[in-house]
Amino acid sequence: MNMISLSALDLSMTALLVVALAILSLRLQLGVTRQLIIAAIRTTVQLLLIGYILKFLFENVHLGYMAAISLIMLLFAGREVMARQTHPYKGLWGFGMGTVSMFLSTFIVTLIALTVIINNDPWYTPQYAIPLLGMMLGNTMTGIALGLERLTQAAREQRTQIEARLMLGHSGMQAITDIRRQSMRYGMIPIINSMAAAGIVSLPGMMTGQILAGSPPLEAVKYQILIMFLIAAGTGFGTVIAVVLGSKRLFDERERLRLDRLRSS
Amino acid sequence: MTSLRVEDVGNKWLPAKISLNVAAGECAVISGPSGVGKSLLLRSIADLDEHNGRVSLGDSVCADVPVTEWRRKVGLLAADSAWWSEKVADHMPKIPSEQLAMLGFGKEVMRWSVDRLSTGEKQRLAILRLLANKPSVLLLDEPTANLDPDSVQKVEQLLLEYCRNKPAALIWVSHDIAQAERIADSRYHFDEKGLNEVKS
Repeated sequence: MNMISLSALDLSMTALLVVALAILSLRLQLGVTRQLIIAAIRTTVQLLLIGYILKFLFENVHLGYMAAISLIMLLFAGREVMARQTHPYKGLWGFGMGTVSMFLSTFIVTLIALTVIINNDPWYTPQYAIPLLGMMLGNTMTGIALGLERLTQAAREQRTQIEARLMLGHSGMQAITDIRRQSMRYGMIPIINSMAAAGIVSLPGMMTGQILAGSPPLEAVKYQILIMFLIAAGTGFGTVIAVVLGSKRLFDERERLRLDRLRSS
Repeated sequence: MTSLRVEDVGNKWLPAKISLNVAAGECAVISGPSGVGKSLLLRSIADLDEHNGRVSLGDSVCADVPVTEWRRKVGLLAADSAWWSEKVADHMPKIPSEQLAMLGFGKEVMRWSVDRLSTGEKQRLAILRLLANKPSVLLLDEPTANLDPDSVQKVEQLLLEYCRNKPAALIWVSHDIAQAERIADSRYHFDEKGLNEVKS
């Protein structure tokens, strides 16, 4: 591979661009200067840190390490899903619902991809497993967060309509069926859009990275297609699971709408 | 006869323990100041809120009956009707044209879109929608509050006929004293102290 290694000087020069932007936003009184600087420092520190972790994992290939890092990534993603909700579910459900759905969809899809499709030896080779799982989690997280947000918002807004149906003897699942469908759609729309726009409007980041790192474009494209399909499946299944769990949790065993199970903002 | 028995019903929003019996074919009118929990009582009877105590209909106890079946038998009409779909017909099965006519509608009303309806029209259609379930109990939360005098009279007639013919037990929340005198077989007053029968 004809990869050009970046020096500390190269990175410093790009950092100067950010500093220039910071000075400009200070002069324009945009009020984002502080955030911009902090974010730039965070990205440097966080990425360097993950770089060292990845370096360690690549040099010490072990299923136990992989399981541990996967679990940590999953838990952070689960926390992020909850943090993105205006009205998360109370108690352990708020965290558990997103985490369980993500676990079921991303881990299964990633496992299939690693063992059946990529089929490296060993199948958990970190160079493949970690980026794959990371991309899966990142996208599935967005889908699930959007789906659950739509579900809980709509249930709150349409409380009287839902209860009117309950009063007529509809079950909770019947009463929320339109909202449930809509929420599942909401979660899937971003990945459908990015598949539709890929290559025409946007060059996907992973592919761009591979090409920058010296891969032949067609190889990079094949990987990107693989990733897109995996993400679509992971996001779709994850969103469906999360919205089903979420809508069940909105009703109790006597089919009463239980908005009190959501946190008030 | 399938009479409705309400025994010591209450919950955290409805601290008083409420009891009352309404026989099939009987209309009980509840009145009293707003905010004491008349609507909450009706919601508990329909098992729409968690509650203590016991509600039974004839031999069947609410807690032992599948809840969707219970709510079809014990029909609650909310003070404001709610609609979840575009067309009137999406919300109810075919309504007999005599019933439609009784409340001043032609058959074409089923094709109308809900947006076109006035509050009063929605309320009258919500009553027909509820009766289509053929409930044994009707819990009516100010069913005529938004209606013009002519419609009030028609709705009273329809509901009382249903009550006598089915026969069904009616609990009718009303603030209108003249109406209470017209329709009630028994009258209750609901205030902070609880629910008490008014002897006339």
